[in-house]
Amino acid sequence: MLEYLTDFFGNYGSLFVQGTIDTLLMVTASTLIAYLFGIPIAMLTKVTEPGSLWPQPALNAILGWIINMGRSIPFIILMVLVIPLTRFLTGTTIGVVGAIVPLGIAAIPFVARMVESSFSELNPGVIEAGRAFGASTFQIITKLYVRESLPSLVRGAAITYITLIGYSAMAGAIGAGGLGDIAIRFGYYRYKTDVLIATVIILIILVQIVQSISDLIARKIDKR
Amino acid sequence: MIELRGLGKTFRSKSGAHGALKDINLVIDDGDIFGIIGLSGAGKSTLVRCINLLEKPTVGQVFIDGVDVTDFSGRALLDLRARIGMIFQDFSLFSQRTVLQNVLFPLEVRHDSRADAVRRAQELLDLVGLKDMQDRYPAQLSGGQQQRVSIARALANHPDYLLCDEATSALDSVTTISILGLIKQINRELGVTVIVITHAMTVVEAICNKVAVMDDSRIVETGTVASVFSAPQAAITHELLKAVGADA
Repeated sequence: MLEYLTDFFGNYGSLFVQGTIDTLLMVTASTLIAYLFGIPIAMLTKVTEPGSLWPQPALNAILGWIINMGRSIPFIILMVLVIPLTRFLTGTTIGVVGAIVPLGIAAIPFVARMVESSFSELNPGVIEAGRAFGASTFQIITKLYVRESLPSLVRGAAITYITLIGYSAMAGAIGAGGLGDIAIRFGYYRYKTDVLIATVIILIILVQIVQSISDLIARKIDKR
Repeated sequence: MIELRGLGKTFRSKSGAHGALKDINLVIDDGDIFGIIGLSGAGKSTLVRCINLLEKPTVGQVFIDGVDVTDFSGRALLDLRARIGMIFQDFSLFSQRTVLQNVLFPLEVRHDSRADAVRRAQELLDLVGLKDMQDRYPAQLSGGQQQRVSIARALANHPDYLLCDEATSALDSVTTISILGLIKQINRELGVTVIVITHAMTVVEAICNKVAVMDDSRIVETGTVASVFSAPQAAITHELLKAVGADA
């Protein structure tokens, strides 16, 4: 058994290390991109809600519709749909770099909904208090919506990150790098069941670590 | 002085238009502790929110110190609101901020210098008796202490007016007495004009000098507390007074 393990890691160890690094790179970069675009969309959606700070029913409906549409396209199809854009932005459609664009785009509506729902958890009385003290709409967004829902935003970020780890494995199917790519090339095409199982174990460990870290941070910063 | 002239507010919802305020005429003099009493749904909360324009009246005008502020917007509206403090039934404290940071909030949004703001906030925490608690979070305080923080926060900008929306409804009777005492003290010592929204005659009796009785979106009776208590006119006033008798 020991001999088998030594042998196995001797053959595939560096592959798994590289695969893990690639997965983390893809997922981290695309999470950042998704938040960069998702947060402003969430803010705009929140403030344009009926009865909110800047009610714009038409704009609000359009935003909601775009978010829902984005979320209803299956990731595996979205990846193919955005190939021209991916090529235009990165010059490639494969590997780690090629996967960041579709992963990021897929996560934008997801993040927008997640952040908006964190904002919606806030007691409306808190927002009213902010208005009563003469805070501007911008100040209410930054000092109240974002600051007061920070623990919830951290928990949402972990959910996003973990969802993207799952998506990134799917991206392996069309030639992205990372653990999904290894699982498909070795586990699926070459019937190396042990490699397949090893990638699954690594993914499980990654997810656990991300979840634990986020729980820890959220608990630490939540003063309720 | 606050003056409401012919104020009306209609909410539009899917089920149709719903009148929350009808033909409200009211004068609140400087130095008053003015009670607005009525049952739930009478329109008191909407009325008080028209004063700092959290709700925009559908018709009528709001005058503050002789200036028609009804159509204020942008910077002028934010400046106006900063001159009017407000406290709430559920306190509405910022749960992720410490006590001190809560009191600092109204100063922060005015971009006051940090040192001045902290000095002012500490002064106010001293006034409400929470000097030692500035680094705690709201969740670590009792209801009465939370309302004290919210009073300190409402006073941060040296407001001329303090709006109290059912400020003691979530508190037990002993705490209610101490909070009402604090409000009275603020009125007397800082010269802040206070508008008290309540459904309890005991609150009016304890601190107000004048009172307006609301029923079904209208003011049905108004006068000094002494005159309204001794010679109530409207049926609803009789009912509300009867409730006090049952209380005692």
